Order: sequence, then C-alpha cells, then structure tokens
Amino acid sequence: MDFINMTVERTNVQLTKADFESDQMVKWCPGCGGHAILSAVERVFPKIGYRKENFCMVSGIGCSSRFPYYVNTYGIHGIHGRAAAISTGVKIANPRLSVWTVTGDGDSLAIGGNHFIHVIRRNVDLNILLFNNQIYGLTKGQFSPTTPMGKVTKTSPMGTIEHPFNIGELVIGAQGTFFARVPDNNIALMTDCMFEAAKHDGTSVTEIMENCIIFADKAHAPVTGKDVKDETMLILKSGSPMVFGKNNEKGLILKDTMLEVVEIGKNGITIDDILVHDQYSQDPGIQLMLAKLAPPHFPMVFGVIRSAMYPTYDDLVEEQIKYAKETSKIKNVDDLLNSGDTWEI
Amino acid sequence: MTKKKRPVIEREEVVVKFVGDSGDGMQLTGSMFSDVAAIVGNDLATFPDFPAEIRAPQNTVAGVSGFQVHMGSSKIYTTGDLVDVLVAMNPASLRSNLKWAKKGATILTDTDAYDDKTIEKAGYKQNPFTDSSLDSFNMVKAPITTLTKASLKDLGVDSKTAERSKNMFALGMLFYIFNRDLKSSFKYFEQKFKKKPELIEINKIVLQAGYNYADTIEALESVIQVSAANMEKGRYRNITGNVATAWGLLAAAEKSGRPLFLGSYPITPATEILMELSKHKSLGAKVFQAEDEIAGICSAIGASFAGSLACTTTSGPGLSLKSEAIGLAVITELPLVIVNVQRGGPSTGLPTKSEQSDLYQALFGRNGECPVIVIAASSSENCFYYAYMAAKLSMEHMTPTILLTDGYLGFGSALFRIPKMADMPAINPPLAEANDPDYKPYKRDPETLARQWAIPGTEGLRHRVGGLEKENVTGVVSTDPMNHQVMTTMRAQKVEKVADYIPDQAIDGSPEGDLLVVSWGGTYGAVHSAVSEMQKEGKSVSHAHFHYIMPLPKNTEKVLKSFKKIVVCELNSGQFVNYLRMKFPMPNISQFNKVQGLPFMINELTDKFNQLLEEK
Repeated sequence: MDFINMTVERTNVQLTKADFESDQMVKWCPGCGGHAILSAVERVFPKIGYRKENFCMVSGIGCSSRFPYYVNTYGIHGIHGRAAAISTGVKIANPRLSVWTVTGDGDSLAIGGNHFIHVIRRNVDLNILLFNNQIYGLTKGQFSPTTPMGKVTKTSPMGTIEHPFNIGELVIGAQGTFFARVPDNNIALMTDCMFEAAKHDGTSVTEIMENCIIFADKAHAPVTGKDVKDETMLILKSGSPMVFGKNNEKGLILKDTMLEVVEIGKNGITIDDILVHDQYSQDPGIQLMLAKLAPPHFPMVFGVIRSAMYPTYDDLVEEQIKYAKETSKIKNVDDLLNSGDTWEI
Repeated sequence: MTKKKRPVIEREEVVVKFVGDSGDGMQLTGSMFSDVAAIVGNDLATFPDFPAEIRAPQNTVAGVSGFQVHMGSSKIYTTGDLVDVLVAMNPASLRSNLKWAKKGATILTDTDAYDDKTIEKAGYKQNPFTDSSLDSFNMVKAPITTLTKASLKDLGVDSKTAERSKNMFALGMLFYIFNRDLKSSFKYFEQKFKKKPELIEINKIVLQAGYNYADTIEALESVIQVSAANMEKGRYRNITGNVATAWGLLAAAEKSGRPLFLGSYPITPATEILMELSKHKSLGAKVFQAEDEIAGICSAIGASFAGSLACTTTSGPGLSLKSEAIGLAVITELPLVIVNVQRGGPSTGLPTKSEQSDLYQALFGRNGECPVIVIAASSSENCFYYAYMAAKLSMEHMTPTILLTDGYLGFGSALFRIPKMADMPAINPPLAEANDPDYKPYKRDPETLARQWAIPGTEGLRHRVGGLEKENVTGVVSTDPMNHQVMTTMRAQKVEKVADYIPDQAIDGSPEGDLLVVSWGGTYGAVHSAVSEMQKEGKSVSHAHFHYIMPLPKNTEKVLKSFKKIVVCELNSGQFVNYLRMKFPMPNISQFNKVQGLPFMINELTDKFNQLLEEK
C-alpha cells in the first residue's frame, strides 16, 4: 500500500487538501456527483506524496472535464474525446509527472472511444477518472454509450435502442491492467481506489458512478441507493473472500465456469468456500466476470477489480532511448548530418 | 576493360529516367546511378515515381515504377521535365513514359521483355518495334535478360536470381554511355550484401557485363559527358525532402534545448518523416505512432504543454482531421509544428502525386478566428532549413506553425550542403522562470505578444490552459465580450508580428519591370528555371518566390507594386493569388494554374510569361 512509483518526484513537505484547492468557482450543479469526486481528489493528492508541481490534470469536454480548473495543479482542458491522447503526450514527454485524465462516458466512450482503447492497450502510466453519469449533461440530456437500453432521453423519446458498454468489460477487453469501480457517494472508497490507481504502474481506469441530478437523477440508485446497497453492492478487497449482504452473509463462488451467489451457512457453505478476490492476477478471467455482474441476480462489484503488473509504455520509451544513447555512434545532430555517404566538394 | 577513344558530347544537364515493373528494382538502380553522379561532382535532383499500389499487376501500365535523375554541371533546380535517356525494362513502362522522352532521346530497353502477352498487357496493339512510333528516338535494344543469365552461367545461379539482377545489366550499360567508373558501385555492393557475399559477386559480374556489352556493341557513338558542377565548397550529401524535414526538427530541438516529440499517424507522402525520426532515439527523439491523426496532434499538444518541441506530420486529409486540435493549440498559445506534405486532393485524391491545394486549409481551415504561422519549403534540401525555422518561430512566438511541403519535395532528393549546428540561428523559447511571482499564464512579451512557456514540474508556476476562452493576462476562463475581442486581436497580431523576425521578400532579377512572376513552395525550381531562361533572352521578368506566407514579409506590397504585371503560378486553382488579392487589392495580378498532380513544365511557364509580356 505504501509503495508509490518512484519516477515521480516526491515532496519533502507534508501537503494538505488546501494545497490543491483552486480559487475558481466550482460551477457544477448543486447536488452533482462531481463535488464529492473533487473532494476525494483533493484528499488523495496530498496522501500520494508527490510534489504538487508534478501533478498534471488533463480533461476532454463535458461536465466532468471542467475538473482541471477546480484543482490547483498544472492542467489542460482539452477538446472533446481527446483527453487520453493529450495525456499520452504529456506523460511520454515527461514521465516524471503524475498525469490524471478526467473524462466522462460521452467523452471517453463515444467521441473518444478510439483513444480510450488505445491508451489502455499501450498501458501508458496515466490515471483515468471516468465519471459515468450515463447521460450527456452539458448538452442537456441525450443518451450516452452507457445509458441503459430502453431509457427515455431527449434523443430517445421512445427509449434507446442501443446496447450500453460495460466499462470494466471494455477496459479488460482492451488489455487493461487496472480497473476500479466506485460510487460517488462513498468518498472513503473513492479515495482508496484513487490511491490504488496512483500506485498502479500503467493505465488505471477508475469508473466513478456519478449522479447527474438534472438529467439522469438516481440513475445509479437501484444499485448504490442506501436502501438497497447491502444487497446490490459487493465491495472487493484483494485477498479477502467476496461477501456482501447486511451481515456479509452472502458470497460468490465459482460453480463450473460461472459465478454464483450463495448464502453462508446454508447448504453446507462456509466462508472458506467463498471465492477470494485477487486484484493482482494477470489472468483477467475472474476479474472480467466480476466486472460484468449486475443486479437483479448478482450484486455489482466495487473497488479495485484488476491491477495487474505489466511494463508501461512510457518506461519502455525511456528504456529504448537509454539503450540507443548508449549504443549509437550518433550523439548529436552534427554527427547525424555527417553520417552515411557524404563527400567534400 | 578495353578503352576505345570515343567522341565526347559535353552536356550541361541530362535527365535520365529508369522505368520498369514495380518489382524490377528501378528505385535502387536510379539511386545507384545518382550516387555515382554525385561522387563525380554533378549537382542533381531525383524523383521516384511509383504507383499508389505496392505491387500492381505485372507488366501493366498501373504497375510501372520509375526513378528520375536530373544531373548537371550547373545548379539543378528541378527533377527535370523531359527525359534525355530512358531506361525502360518492359513494354508497359516504355508505353507509359514515352510521352516524357525528348525527341531524339536515347531509349534503352530489354527486348526479352517483349512478347505477345506483355505487349498486349501494356496496351499496345502491336509490337512498338514494328511500327513507326519509336522512329524519332535513338533506340538501344538489347536482350538484357538473356545476356544477364549468360553472364552468370559459370556461377550456376538459378534463373530467378539471375533475372532479378537484370537491372544491374542495364545500369552497367548506362555507366558505359556516361563513361562512369564502376568502382564505387562495386564498393556499394560490398557494403550492402555483407551478409550475402554471393550477391556481391553476382551484381559485380552483371554490372561489368552490361558495361562491356555496351562497349562491344558501341551502344552510342559518343560518350555523354556531364562535368562536375561548380558548387559552393563544403561537405555534401544526398537528401530527400522528408528526411531533411525530420533532421531540421531534430536540429531545432538540439539548438533550443527542448526535447523533440513527434505524434503522428502514417500517411502518404508524409510517412517517411515519422519513420526517419523513429530511428533517432539516440538523439532523445520521442516518437509516438498514434492510433489516428487526431491522437497524433493531441499527443503533440500534451507534449508541448509538458515542454517539448512538439510536432505532428501529415498530408492533406490528415490535416483536415487535425483542424479542431490546431484550434486548441492556437487558443492555448502553445508551440506546435504541423508538417503537411501536400498531395492531390480532395479526399484521398492522388496520394502519390503532388499539389499545392492545401494552402487555404493551412491559412483558414479551422473554426473561429484561428491564425497560425504558415511557411513553405521550396526544395528537397531546404526542407531542413524551413523545418528548423518552423520550430524556431513556433517556439519563440508561442504559436502553432504549419510547414507546407509536398510529395515532390518529400520524395524527391537533392544535394545538400551539410551545415554546422554552430552556424544555425539561435532558438530562445520564452520559458517562464521558477517561482516568478509575476508569472501569469497570458502575460505577453510586448515585442512578440508571446506568452511565457511555464513547464509542468516547475515550482511556483501551476496554471491551467484549455480550449475555453481565457481572460487576457490572468488566463482565467472568461466569457466577457470585450475580453474575447481583445484575445482574438492579440492572437492575430501575435502572428502578424512574426513579420518583424523574418527576412524581406527577395526578388530574383530587377526590382522593377514589366512582369513579376510570383510563386511559393515546391514550384521554385521550375519557375526559377523558366524566369532565368527569359532573363537570359533579355526580357524584363523578375521572380519573387515566397517561403513565408502567414505573415507575409513586410515588403511584399512594395515588391508587387514595382511591376506593371504580376502573374502568380501555383499547382492549384489560385489560392495564393487570391490571398494576395485579399491583402493587396491590385488590378494587375493574374494567375497561372495547373491541377493535374504534375509539376510545372518550364516551357508551359515561358509560354505563359511571353504571352503576358506581349499583351498590351
């Protein structure tokens, strides 16, 4: 839990939330999930322990993407869908920066879908915070690639006829090395997952199930609502059995090739029969099944679903450059200009 | 080797073109021929002419690949219009290139390649040797394939390998015609085939056999001699425009101390820049092959924010895709070099052919008022200098810069006098200093109006930039109407002020007179040659070739107003001419245009200029 990437320079003073608070007015709607996410970020950044000048926030377009203006770090508010590409450039150019990409379901999964899958495939060491409110908020209420099928929105007056993406499935399908899912109403879990994301070397995607109070209010409530969450949310902890329910009386087991919900104490099931979560497993098989679980027959899982170790793109870039510098005869541009076939006149 | 005394015909310049099937090795043959010309001191320019398809059907016109060499004992400005010597390896290449051969040109062809099938495939109704279509040429018909095989008989080489080296037989014959030494080609084989020594032997034997055969049959009555050119002293190399562009960017990175980042996506004819920079990791170049054109430029914008000399390279359709992101670089006022190696458009258009039709796009092709610096290279070798200047201006003025080259410059090659890095102009980006208490993201240098570059990681300079309009000086998001007016004006004036830092527009010829010929970009060679021809005839014609397009040099209006007539020549329907008309409304600006994916021919230019001089 304490090891954090040493590429990024660490601060020698204890930073606090105040170090990251911006003087700009936060213009999200009152009750927007963004406020809680902002608070979690301001809490986790001092905890991560990097120099405050080494954080860089990058965003695309949409409600989520105003984020860089609301935290006091270096930041770029980019263009629609391109946050992942801009972030990639920042990180490759300077791997000593801790790069945080703030994006939404429309920004990353619709217009920016291509960049999203490729940044994940390359495993560039970035932290993507994906605010999933299942709607286009800034353009006032059109369906997005995560809007549940059949939902009535301003551009689907008879209900959508599209299959939504499951973000975890998409991330793992794109060879993702880190995926976490958190609700916006649990700042402690959000902070923990963001810390884990920072710790992970490679592209981390943290899906934050965010409430849009205006255009998709309570979209996540059937899962994350206080009244149901004991039965509908399973919070993962690596190394621990996957249990849920008011008294942790339910759990997941693997039966044949499928996950199944069981009750502990019934039909001879004990806690030892419950499947133990391994977020570090390189094989994504179980993690993928976990990412896809959803009510009514299963709980939805939250926390870090996957954080597998693989080389990062930016490390490999640096390695190749280091090797080339050590072995090449061409040390500067004069050498280059005079290399190969040249002659005197 | 027997040396007979042959009469020598001294030629100031000669154009040689090698054409054959895509797989016939014409690119290699042509570049070996031009290397030897360079070694003996000729100035030269070359151009590969290949189909868009990698391996089009054999023996068809669609599959013809060519390599043209223009060499001379005086300065060479173009890759040559019409061909003096054509090496055509099959009927299809002969048929498709005959129109480029001068009357009386020498044509060397492989008679073994002519049978009913290949003749028909080439689109000939009958064997061209049997009709009168070749009567006006000096035909050197040789059974090249048979002779190549025969020369290798003793080595026991299989017939496929033997057939594959027939291009070296043709090259050997050509070396005889031009009285060139074979030694340097032998040396080349020794280096190239170090790991396959048998190929060294094969190629040497075939090349020598071709030479000897031409000697035996006395292929030409006389030797064509092109003497060494009187070139500026110095160290030289051959370079293509795309490689020169890549090296110019590397040079600017070294000079400025800003590491090079390239974010690009493969696209013809710009891909070689991406490939070339990928090779130079030892110089710290970070090259990111992105998932698409947009990611290419967006990653570059990220790298620029992080303090790199950031570049993206593309061709027309790619520039279209990058338009929105260029706007982001404009409003964030970050340096960014965008190289557009132009090709024929619109859409996919003519990917391997050249045009100058992206000028409007470079100048205006974005939403909102979105000015950028636009400059254009004019020769393969000066792509180095203008890529360097694009980077210098972009960084020093904190403004994206579009460098326009084109397929002819990019693929073409020319001799390049190697500069010393110490002699290259200094590059001083306006870096903000750590903990500067007065730092404001949009505080500007009063001279250039450039804001400062505050690089992430630097203490005391945390700030945000972005695509939303910002308040002048503070950089806070602002929708204030008057502020938007101020910022729009600032962005435009910042680009206009670059005119204080670029040279005055030069005039080739008298600074006033009857006709001023104006051109820009890759047409320099042809237009220059046409104008000098007419100047030698005593005509009142001058030439102004523009490299700096946005902004224009400060004396542009004065230059234009010193002539009775002006003609602007471009490989588009009139984009630069309309830009000039917009800036300097003058009734006497006419235009000469061509949009065929082909360069200007010198005679079509002189015809037009003479006509203009004669008109009252």
